[in-house]
Amino acid sequence: MSTLIIRHGHLIDPGAGVDAPKDILLKDGRVAEIAGPGKLKSANGAEVLDASGLTVAPGLIDIHVHLRQPGQAHKETIATGTAAAAAGGFTAVAAMPNTSPVNDSPEITRWMQAPERGACVRVYPIGAATRGSKGEQINDFAALKAAGAVAVTDDGHPILKDGIMRETLAAAAHVGLSVIQHAEDTRMTQGASMNAGPIAFKLGLRGMPPEAESSLVERDIRLVTELKDSRVHLHVAHTSTAAAIAAVRQARRNGLRVTCEVAPHHFLLTEEHVGLYNTNAKMNPPLRSAADRDAMIEGILDGVVDAIATDHAPHATHEKEVEFENAPNGITGLETALGLCLRWLHKEWKLPLGRVLSLLSAQPAALLGLKGRGTLAVGSFADLVVFDPKAEWTYHAKETRSKARNTPFDGWTMQGKVRWTISEGRIAYAATTPQ
Amino acid sequence: MNAPTAAPRRQLQTPQQPTSSFPYNPGSLLSVMDLDLPVVSHLLTRATELESQDPLTRDRILLKRRIALLFYESSTRTRTSFELAAKSLGADTTLVSSLSSSIEKGETLKDTGLTLQALGVEAIILRHNSSGAPWLLEQETRLPVLNAGDGMHEHPTQALLDLRTILSHLRPGVETVKPDTLSGVNVLIVGDILHSRVARSNMLLLPRLGARVILCGPTQLLPDSAADAGLGITVERDFEAALGRSQVVMMLRIQAERLAGMQLDLEQYKDAYQLTGQRLSTHAPAAVVMHPGPIIRGLELTAGVADGTQSAILEQVRHGVAIRMAVIERALTAGKGGRA
Repeated sequence: MSTLIIRHGHLIDPGAGVDAPKDILLKDGRVAEIAGPGKLKSANGAEVLDASGLTVAPGLIDIHVHLRQPGQAHKETIATGTAAAAAGGFTAVAAMPNTSPVNDSPEITRWMQAPERGACVRVYPIGAATRGSKGEQINDFAALKAAGAVAVTDDGHPILKDGIMRETLAAAAHVGLSVIQHAEDTRMTQGASMNAGPIAFKLGLRGMPPEAESSLVERDIRLVTELKDSRVHLHVAHTSTAAAIAAVRQARRNGLRVTCEVAPHHFLLTEEHVGLYNTNAKMNPPLRSAADRDAMIEGILDGVVDAIATDHAPHATHEKEVEFENAPNGITGLETALGLCLRWLHKEWKLPLGRVLSLLSAQPAALLGLKGRGTLAVGSFADLVVFDPKAEWTYHAKETRSKARNTPFDGWTMQGKVRWTISEGRIAYAATTPQ
Repeated sequence: MNAPTAAPRRQLQTPQQPTSSFPYNPGSLLSVMDLDLPVVSHLLTRATELESQDPLTRDRILLKRRIALLFYESSTRTRTSFELAAKSLGADTTLVSSLSSSIEKGETLKDTGLTLQALGVEAIILRHNSSGAPWLLEQETRLPVLNAGDGMHEHPTQALLDLRTILSHLRPGVETVKPDTLSGVNVLIVGDILHSRVARSNMLLLPRLGARVILCGPTQLLPDSAADAGLGITVERDFEAALGRSQVVMMLRIQAERLAGMQLDLEQYKDAYQLTGQRLSTHAPAAVVMHPGPIIRGLELTAGVADGTQSAILEQVRHGVAIRMAVIERALTAGKGGRA
């Protein structure tokens, strides 16, 4: 395999505690050597990337994406979704199992990782917790794990039955997998298409109460408490309500292994952004109140939030050009996450760059136990993002590498432009116009 | 469990709210919020003028212009009055209903709209079961779209005809409306507010003329948050107390088709909220009784009240034709240097 040198860059590796000018040698898909500027020992014959003025960091990791394969290739494919990931600085993504058919088997889990899928970056499948994600009968977690699954979930189809959720938590812990829950008591959200409250009332739309999320998070935490097994790991997906964040914060104080992620749209937007029925502001969980949005920001700043995850959910344009109530849930997110995090979390709300990057790499890697990812320590996978942290730019959905353009961030100002994304030593993305 | 304490609240700058580009077409009427008071006054004035104009000259106004009525829900009053209004102005109308068109075959609203446009239709009157559908149709076609009721959201021409009815009783002769035209007037809206587009359009229009809107109904059909929908709106659960304070009483039908599994005890409902002759004569003997229809006699109001001397229900229907003539005229002349 090839050898690659990244020279004159400023390395920020929060996992390894590095924040200094460094040159990096990548060899055979791994980090081979890190040294001060001009100090690499074995630099002969390698391709050199000049990272002057740029930040070099571990490749970003998104633990919540929908790649739509198998079965929904008109929305996205593993190839196009991971191309968007690479453009956004991501070198690993964890793919949700709500495919068609549902990824509830080792066969599909392996199929998703096959070279024929043409992935630009590493894809980690997440297996369905129950057969067909119907919430009735749990899958063979050992077999899913052996096939490469890194967690189990019935994302989009929350496990409502206490007994099944308890069994899922226990069985997953037994084989060392995390359980990711899309927390929504669907008995409280029938026919609803946005957050419950005055705006839903005014728009004549049925609302999803915040309690639909928080009550299920509280139920799940109670089950974790009752199991009294330190291996049990509950991860709350796309947390959107103040009450759910509070529940996670309390569970952590009680010493439980409960983690959570927040999506950029939930720490940036509110239900007001639905505007006059903008279907690109429709997702599940929905955009919430300003108080909930503020609680997401506080949770990120004070550290209760463990990861930023995009919930990248591509849909074909025609699928979103329908009545609001009939439009599918979800927005894309892979190409906008870094730009939004740097623009808002870092520049506006003063979260140190290292912590922003940690929420996008080291922490999600640790959360799902992704060995050799999320850090650039020697021996790790050569997964890097090289970006200009100061560059401001405008995101245009029409230029996306994803198949889909369903984003509320079209035309938004971003900060931090990706120059190169390197996946296991290969250049997976290179900006067309060098700055 | 200890109450979890959040970190101290910081003053944070957050992203701006988006600005709206609706309505795209100056002739559209999507929401009562699209109409400022001068436009409301213009529509009221034109309604009166058009109503009294000689039918043989009136039908030159939009002679042979093409207007489609696109109806995804059944309707008697609204459809007929829009159709009669358009024909009174000389326009050619065509009715497309979801049950006898390609909509049944799965054609989307966008494609149906574009098809009508290609057929030479210059304005679309849309009744749809999904809230917000007129915004989608307008965005995709850029034609003047008249909202004839969208889901649980709005029914702006109903609010205008209700306003005309209220003015005719409480402010006879007034057509130019101002922020204080209805000062001191309490308009009580009773019943299934949650599912009512009529209630929403009225509560967003009438307070802008100085009226207070009092909403009354059980929690299931009237969430507390309704009071936050706009200024001048209050919630009162006690029907008789509310009646005693009101000059106008609008009764609403329980929309069984939108209850979505909600269980409602109709006997209890009638006990608390039915408008009976007894309640009316005791608490509001001079109030104007209104109802957007269809009425269910013996449920939200008794037959005696519906047919009684205080009832303005059929007057509302008559005002509907006049108001819709004005709205249709505006749809095809607004923004073109005409009688905007």
